[in-house]
Amino acid sequence: MAAEVTKRKTDIGPPHYEKFLPPVIKENYGKWKYHEIPRPGVMVHVAQSGAKLFSVRAATPRLMSIETLRLFAAIADEFCGGYLRFTSRNNVEFLLDDEKKIEALVTRLGKEGYPVGGTGPGITNIVHTQGWVHCHSAASDASGVVKSLMDELFPHFERPDLPAKVRVAFACCLNMCGAVHCSDIAVLAVHRKPPKINHDRLPKTCEIPSTVAACPTGAIRPATVDGKQSVQVIEEQCMFCGNCFTVCPSMTMADPENDGISIWVGGKVSNARHEPMFSKLAIPYLPNNPPRWPEVVDAVKKLVDVYAKGARPFERMGEWIERIGWPKFFKLTGIEFTKYHIDDFRHAGESFRRSTHLRQSRG
Amino acid sequence: MTDRKTPMLDELEKGPWPSFVKEIKKSAKSPMVRDLLGQLERSYEEKIGHWKHGGLVGVKGYGGGVIGRYNDLPAEFPEVSEFHTVRVNQPSGWFYTSEALRTLCDIWDQHGSGLTNMHGSTGDIVFLGTKTSELEPIFSKLTAAGYDLGGSGSDMRTPSCCVGPARCEWACYDTLNFTYDVTQTYQDELHRPAFPYKFKIKAAGCPNDCVASVARSDLSVIGTWRDEIQVDQAAVRAYAQGGKLNIHRDVAGRCPTRCIAWDGTTLQIDDENCVKCMHCINAMPKALSPGKDRGAALLVGAKAPIVEGALLASVLVPFIKMEPPYDDIKELLNAMWELWSEHGKNRERIGEFIQRIGLGNFLEQIGLEAVPEMVTQPRTNPYIYYDLN
Repeated sequence: MAAEVTKRKTDIGPPHYEKFLPPVIKENYGKWKYHEIPRPGVMVHVAQSGAKLFSVRAATPRLMSIETLRLFAAIADEFCGGYLRFTSRNNVEFLLDDEKKIEALVTRLGKEGYPVGGTGPGITNIVHTQGWVHCHSAASDASGVVKSLMDELFPHFERPDLPAKVRVAFACCLNMCGAVHCSDIAVLAVHRKPPKINHDRLPKTCEIPSTVAACPTGAIRPATVDGKQSVQVIEEQCMFCGNCFTVCPSMTMADPENDGISIWVGGKVSNARHEPMFSKLAIPYLPNNPPRWPEVVDAVKKLVDVYAKGARPFERMGEWIERIGWPKFFKLTGIEFTKYHIDDFRHAGESFRRSTHLRQSRG
Repeated sequence: MTDRKTPMLDELEKGPWPSFVKEIKKSAKSPMVRDLLGQLERSYEEKIGHWKHGGLVGVKGYGGGVIGRYNDLPAEFPEVSEFHTVRVNQPSGWFYTSEALRTLCDIWDQHGSGLTNMHGSTGDIVFLGTKTSELEPIFSKLTAAGYDLGGSGSDMRTPSCCVGPARCEWACYDTLNFTYDVTQTYQDELHRPAFPYKFKIKAAGCPNDCVASVARSDLSVIGTWRDEIQVDQAAVRAYAQGGKLNIHRDVAGRCPTRCIAWDGTTLQIDDENCVKCMHCINAMPKALSPGKDRGAALLVGAKAPIVEGALLASVLVPFIKMEPPYDDIKELLNAMWELWSEHGKNRERIGEFIQRIGLGNFLEQIGLEAVPEMVTQPRTNPYIYYDLN
């Protein structure tokens, strides 16, 4: 035992990435010339030396069994010397230098249930959070909504047939693990009721000053309840962010009847053409309706369809909406504009229209 | 442990997209996973999660890297009464060999549920679900195999990067090397939370920002260049003749500063007014590429809404050469961390901290000059804190 303790290694950091790079990458590192997409889901990167690297991109559900990782390892051994990587949107990519193996690899991945696609102006994997699978603050499941959405949007994964890429992201509460707030379509689960306070447990589980300080609107105040130190919430000041719950587990937010899903549009992170921008509210609330969330799937499908019809080549969702204006967006999508669409938090006035630049329409 | 029926989840095994339910069932030899499936079905029935607020668990000497997770139905689903997450620091660019994947799988097979995320939002390899007693054995096997834990809580979170020069012709600096270097330099900051809140570093090789650094990293390092876009006129003409791209409309017409002219034979770029947005290069990758004088812009302060509202990162250093060992960036990081650690409030991200104290004051404290690139325009209000001392 003592020997084991002395051997204990710490702070070694991750393995060096060079160990995992295929020879074609090591030889052409930093010397790539251009790339093309010869077919959906397959990229070829051509080096200054003329060497070619083929990347075959396949879908994954992000949540994966080690049995699947072992399958990917076996496929990588069979087709590309064991070299593979994952993308920032949770796809897997097999890295080949032999073009002749692509066809068989694409077929194999499809047969195993991990279809190839996700390149170019279409819809690739939905970055998402843990949801009911593993999170304590989730207002919805994540994997189930994503699965239902991608089953419906799948044609755009297999075939890049949209004016530009449409980045879809899902977060199961306002903590937003991942960058959903700058996506073409952000699906965000929300709570809509103030925290329920467990006054018996609160004094034992929470620090009252930090709980009070956790509220961005000052809605939480110290209070004595049944002779015990606790807190009270000024409910009309609560905007259901859940920050108090993160700080104090005795203030729970989850509510099966009132939790649900909001949809935001027109964000992007790339600097291409338009500067990066936040997603803006399209639909304030749709119900949680497992296992397939049909209301959410229909709404997202409709947004994609209306965008596909109206946008010009290279126009991302947000650029298209800026060109046609928000009133037209709401008209085309049939989404009702409500008071909830008007910002009333910090810097709210920045989004009020302070001009007469209005696209008037007859009747 | 229960083997209850899961009709709602079974529905999600259908359809063309890979099914997470199938994945869970693939690992169902683990009693933990069978209880996970049962508990998840119950969440689907009741429309509510059954995980409790995290507790403090971890490995000896580390304050981060493990997320404690307990369920609120321990009698019904005892195998997941403890079901902690282990974050394992990924290799830069998420490259693996089959052998590396198998090593990770073997460790997780022996000591956990067998379920993973490849990868978590921040970039770590996520081992999803194990018991407290397994944490030290997992850690010792991981380190023996050359892996270490990632960040969690109020620490430097696991840095991550795009594919960079390993595969991308647009990489303006070596994102993989930078990410590996800062991760190794700041092992203490990564493993032992000592900040007011989390601090994320993301490295994007070009302004396309494939790792969304501008939206979610406290320090966003985005590759860019200072000289002229490299143009291969013959290749531009080939795009024009190819007929798929209308260069006048779709390239010149979409340039945000209208600095491109196309007369049918020659593409002219007014590089002084080019804002390095990448659009023309994205549209014609065989003809155009970033200039040769490459480096990065440093931006600071991005975050999701909690607590004071979401922020995109803003420019801190318009251009910096990116050369190992990146001493100038580390000096800047140390200065920012020192100031924020001393004056930041609990759970205040550095972006919110800067808004609170003012960017001007922040710059003065960390020893950076104010430059016009940092703002879209000068202030319009006359409430100026003149400092005559």
